[in-house]
Amino acid sequence: MLLAVLSGFIFALLVPLLSKFALRAIPSLLSAVPILLFLYFISQLSSIREGQFLLEKISWIPQLGINLSFRLDGLSMLFSLMITGIGALVFVYTSYYLKGHPYLDRFYGYLSMFMASMLGVVLSDNLITLFIFWELTSISSFFLIGFNNEEESSRKSAMVALGITGFGGLVMLAGFVWIGSAAGTYSLTELMTQPEVLTGNSGYVWILVLVFIGAFTKSAQFPFHFWLPGAMKAPTPVSTYLHSATMVKAGVFLLARFTPILGNTPEWNWTLTIVGAITMTYAAIHALFRTDLKSILAFSTISALGILVFLIGLGTEEALLGAGLFILTHALYKAALFLITGIIDHETGSRDVSRIAGLQHKMMPVAVAGYIAALSSAGVPFFLGFLSKEVMYEAVFHLPQAALILTILAVLTKICLLVAGFWAGIKPFTGKITAVSENAKLPSPRLWVPTIILGALSVSFGIFPALIEKSLILPVLSSMMVGPIDSYLALWHGFNWVLLLSVLTLLIGTAIYFSWRPSEVKFEKTLRFESFAPEQIIKGLGRSSQVFAKRWTAFFQNGYLRNYVITILIFLSVLVAYRLFSGVYLYLDWNQISEITPSEIIVVFLMVISIFFVILSKTRTAVIVSLGVIGFANCLFFLYYSAPDLAMTQFSIDTLTVLLFMLVLFKLPPNKTFSSKRIRLRDSFISLVFGALIAILTLEVFEEPTMKEVSEYYADNAYILAKGRNVVNVILVDYRGFDTMVETVVLVIAAIGVFSLMHLNLNPFKKD
Amino acid sequence: MKSIIFKTSAKYLLPVLMLFSVFMLLRGHYLPGGGFVGGLMAALAFILHSFAFGLEETKKMIVVHPGLLMPIGLFFALMAGIAPWVFQEPFMTGLWYGEPLRMVGMVGTALLFDIGVYFVVIGSVLTVMFSIREII
Repeated sequence: MLLAVLSGFIFALLVPLLSKFALRAIPSLLSAVPILLFLYFISQLSSIREGQFLLEKISWIPQLGINLSFRLDGLSMLFSLMITGIGALVFVYTSYYLKGHPYLDRFYGYLSMFMASMLGVVLSDNLITLFIFWELTSISSFFLIGFNNEEESSRKSAMVALGITGFGGLVMLAGFVWIGSAAGTYSLTELMTQPEVLTGNSGYVWILVLVFIGAFTKSAQFPFHFWLPGAMKAPTPVSTYLHSATMVKAGVFLLARFTPILGNTPEWNWTLTIVGAITMTYAAIHALFRTDLKSILAFSTISALGILVFLIGLGTEEALLGAGLFILTHALYKAALFLITGIIDHETGSRDVSRIAGLQHKMMPVAVAGYIAALSSAGVPFFLGFLSKEVMYEAVFHLPQAALILTILAVLTKICLLVAGFWAGIKPFTGKITAVSENAKLPSPRLWVPTIILGALSVSFGIFPALIEKSLILPVLSSMMVGPIDSYLALWHGFNWVLLLSVLTLLIGTAIYFSWRPSEVKFEKTLRFESFAPEQIIKGLGRSSQVFAKRWTAFFQNGYLRNYVITILIFLSVLVAYRLFSGVYLYLDWNQISEITPSEIIVVFLMVISIFFVILSKTRTAVIVSLGVIGFANCLFFLYYSAPDLAMTQFSIDTLTVLLFMLVLFKLPPNKTFSSKRIRLRDSFISLVFGALIAILTLEVFEEPTMKEVSEYYADNAYILAKGRNVVNVILVDYRGFDTMVETVVLVIAAIGVFSLMHLNLNPFKKD
Repeated sequence: MKSIIFKTSAKYLLPVLMLFSVFMLLRGHYLPGGGFVGGLMAALAFILHSFAFGLEETKKMIVVHPGLLMPIGLFFALMAGIAPWVFQEPFMTGLWYGEPLRMVGMVGTALLFDIGVYFVVIGSVLTVMFSIREII
């Protein structure tokens, strides 16, 4: 499984290495990757039957409990098949959709990086690796949304999406760490065996809040939903793949994953039910006020995600069955609708649903796929959507509490979704040909065959539910720890209330479809409510934090070194003074202090004289030389108190500093007094206070009992463990070698920084 | 910096300082010294030379850009880190070879690591100093 996850990354890395000549080969080469992965997962289907699962573990950082461990069970199988299957279709589709695009290689690189990260999310058994892959999906999504990077709106949408999902991911990480410290493991498999550890934990509610924020931001739940319509700035294949079929379902996946771990408590169930219900209704109604096909689909996707969260929140067997089924249903029909929208956009150059019609005369196969997708989304019998809608109604209708209101909301949502689906899948193809659709023609099979495949799956699973029931859907339930339930999926359940609701949905929805026309005017009417929409509120928060950051920076980091130094000194002085005078009993035992030797007096005398030189001298050279004298005098102290390593290093560094100063200061104008007397007095006061405080602090340190354990350990074990007698060096190259390695990298970065700053030519006309 | 005394002494100090820096580097594991101090000493030797004879002269003497020493040093340090993988040991486990030598002590990955540090320090200090001198 590790290879399955990593292959996408490997290919993404290889893409930039291919020459421009090989560019043409990339689409077909890379499309093979998801296809092969899809076949791999299909071949594993038999191993997840009846609640079994595959577990693979590779140690990574075992000390912290972080391992590359992967778990393939029903839930991750369903998602893996969707990711690789729809991925394969999207890869093929893109090869024609973006044909000849100069950055096609980049696009495929991002896309396969995304596919690999998404596989990582659904297969991870370790919470920390799950988080890493989770953030990688956000990052690759950022690149894909901003793919048309010369458009400002694209860049902005990409930033909003990354901001929201990245923020949610970080919050989620806090939740994961909390889980890890409460349960003592990051492994999902182990957590599933002991859910009571977490649900009974005193921090349970906080863990829930943190994990929920992660899931809600990713799956575009109210009030974080607004990044998703913006993300539709991405090329259509991306919207299909990331923002309807796979990535946005990562939040739903997370909730399903945690159902056996954190679920089955009132807090869990009610939060999810309420948030899901708000999202599904709010977004479904919003969808009816849009005219841009992609906008309609974006809102109906948000609504569908709301339905999934809602069903997981209900938490009953039927609800979870409905969720599992609807994940598949929605992926199949929504991906098809998005691809079809892409075809329409590609062929007519417009996505305005009020202006496109009659396309079935131009592109019959696409129209057929559109009809199938729309009917499946409407839940018409013999389509997969019918089954999932039945199960959903069944689940809501038989709830012990609040059944009536939730049923009404569910039916209302389904009606709106039906209309939205009809608009996207039926309306562009029927009626008379309009001016916009005049010049459209049937595109290459690479565009429309994927939509037909999706449609065929919707129909065949709808007519023969047995195809997926035992092999795919029931394992999903058992990985959510729902006991074995009887064969349930069937076309006919007899006459009952649920059937009546279904018929009602179909009738009312169709009626609305024929009477309510999408138009710009209706969209503009909704704009009145924008000012208190969550989007504006959160964006306003973002803006005010920017203003705050600007002011903060202007005040504390205004680019004047003297300001920085003063800020640091004042802050430290206040802190040290408070601590010294509030809690510490000042006491000095003169007997403890060792005898002062004449040589030390001489060195201190030297230092004091040099300090006066530094302050009073008129020429810069004298100042620098005096500073150097202070530094060397310091070295002598290190030597007196047996720290030759420090002395040597200090000595070399001081020499270098003096040389550097010399180099730079030669070029500066003569030393003049710029500051007023008042400022000088202020500065001298601050520095005197700071110096006095540090002196007191140093003297007080003698009074504190010293901890020698660590240094004694180093001294005792340096030779035994690291074959060295110089403890300082052994610490540097062995005990804390990793630190040193990173520090050398920092040194290199600093050197490169200086080099590039010095060679930076901001004025291209001035050659030096 | 045209003093003949300075020039003559710089000419003889360069090899002596270089030797001293290598000495510092090698004895580091047993006695005061190590890659960092050694690297600083070597860099100082070159800077001294450049003050006496001019930057161009020193650059000509070094032939390659001193910045090149940085990746070389990083490479050595990384090698010292991943060498234990060959023996199925975790990253940066110390490996030792043979009997202790005089002055140097045991030869092992720690020494290789320190050599890496030595090169990185020379490379970065010289890069910083030279680029500042070139431009200003």
